[in-house]
Amino acid sequence: MADRVIYAMYDDDDVLKDGAKHLVSKGVKVEEVFSPFPIHGIDPIIGVEQTRLGIFAFIYGLIGLTLATVGMRFFMIVDWPMNIGGKPNFSYMENMLSFVPITFEFTVLCAAHGMAITYFIANRTLPGMKAQNPDPRTTDDRFVIELRASQNTKFSAAELESLVKETGLVEIEQKEI
Amino acid sequence: MEFKIANKAKRLTRALILIGVAFTGIGIALTWEDHNFSQRFMANGLINSFFFFSIGLGALFFLALAYATETGWYAAIKKVVEAVTGFIPYGIGFMVLILLVLTLTDGGHIYTWMDPEVVAHDKIIEAKSFYLNKGFFWIRTVVYLGVYYMFWKGFKRRSIEEDRIGGTEIHFTNYKKGALFLVYFSVFSSTSSWDWLMSIDVHWFSTLFGWYTFAGVWCSAMVVLVILTLYLKKLGYLPKVNDSHIHDLGKWTFATSFLWSYLWFSQYMLIWYANIGEEVVYYMMRIENFKFLYFGMFIVNFAFPMLLLMSREAKRHAGILTIVGVIILSSHWVDVYIMVSAGAMGATASIGFMEIGMAILMAGIFIKVILANLAKGPLTPVNHPFLDESIHHEI
Repeated sequence: MADRVIYAMYDDDDVLKDGAKHLVSKGVKVEEVFSPFPIHGIDPIIGVEQTRLGIFAFIYGLIGLTLATVGMRFFMIVDWPMNIGGKPNFSYMENMLSFVPITFEFTVLCAAHGMAITYFIANRTLPGMKAQNPDPRTTDDRFVIELRASQNTKFSAAELESLVKETGLVEIEQKEI
Repeated sequence: MEFKIANKAKRLTRALILIGVAFTGIGIALTWEDHNFSQRFMANGLINSFFFFSIGLGALFFLALAYATETGWYAAIKKVVEAVTGFIPYGIGFMVLILLVLTLTDGGHIYTWMDPEVVAHDKIIEAKSFYLNKGFFWIRTVVYLGVYYMFWKGFKRRSIEEDRIGGTEIHFTNYKKGALFLVYFSVFSSTSSWDWLMSIDVHWFSTLFGWYTFAGVWCSAMVVLVILTLYLKKLGYLPKVNDSHIHDLGKWTFATSFLWSYLWFSQYMLIWYANIGEEVVYYMMRIENFKFLYFGMFIVNFAFPMLLLMSREAKRHAGILTIVGVIILSSHWVDVYIMVSAGAMGATASIGFMEIGMAILMAGIFIKVILANLAKGPLTPVNHPFLDESIHHEI
């Protein structure tokens, strides 16, 4: 389906924020904002949902905890009981304390890596993936608001354009995709 | 907005004090005949004096930390922190009282190293007597309490001055004094816990003990701060405090709980792993006599904050914060109870009317003092340089 996209470029994040506020107050749906750094407080303005990354972190942590427990029980108790410093080596529970640091580390490892990888996948920024940003300058000193005509059917393309131009943008670009 | 103590709060503190006195009375009457009565009574005095004094001290530490790091977000709740530090002079009074009683009774079977009879027959204590003797103990105690009091007094004076005059000069003085307090506190928090608590188990020592005690102190203070802030907010005071401040206080509670659990575990695991007779004796005594309380307290203090305060919403939810806060605060009291009682009383220790009564009595006095402190001045700082930042605090 053909869609018309408007990219409005700004040279200051505060101007962009005010622009986004202005557009949203007029009833325009802002599809996306591209910025070289996180803009504090932009999420509630353009209506980005609260991230669920934290829930995933918890799940990855639980997976790490389980893996570490199951793994160490097998390696150190079942398969080859290890005698370290004369500690009980026949039951996991009685020897649990020696495994706590490793369990903790592995939980953190799984949570952190899982979270990072999930973040990359969700943003489509895994190494080798094609860049999503419309202009390479948004990784340097430019900020871009993306609007889609299909999400703003209330407005004609010309109306949308004139609305965007009311904000303090420095460049505007339109594309058919 | 001026704070006025609500009638409900007045009734609550009066009820707490009355119940506390009644329970303590019943407890005394029931155990009067016991051979370990005086020991038990003094142990309770030490537990509750230390616990409530340390909450005020934890708040003072938090205040100094905020000064030294030039923290902005907390400006809106600064007066709440200062109100909690207001218990310090009373706490010092209680500490001096109980330590005096203990010294005059030659340690009262709690500080056995104060008893010349015991020291004469004990090589280990004798070797430690250059440090653990009454004179040096009192020099140290006076220095700790004196330094804490001076800093508290100075912070309080400058806070009132700042409300009156404003400007940044007071802020920079606070910055310097806050950093200086942290230097003193980093040493004193360790050594004072050795003197007041660790020396009860006089044969035993642990270099982690100071941090472990301090982490518990800090956590208790954060819990009190969060509950007090929520209480004031519910009554409609503190209009400048928003969800983000509550969230930050919740995070502190969460983080300090982990700090405490981490240190508890570090101390436990190292001693368990090395398995050296003179070290494990500390835990043997606790496991033999307080198995349920000791491990129960650890699980509550670790698992409750971890599972219930992990999500963002929970840290902004007044109900969850209050319930978790009250539970872990009482568990930290149990922590201090076992620290003192296991060494002082051993197998004869138990929680009865006297323990509960004295804790409730002190809690009543503590709440009364804090609310009275809140009522003394404005609830939001007038001229704090970071006030604007704090009002717009958003995370």
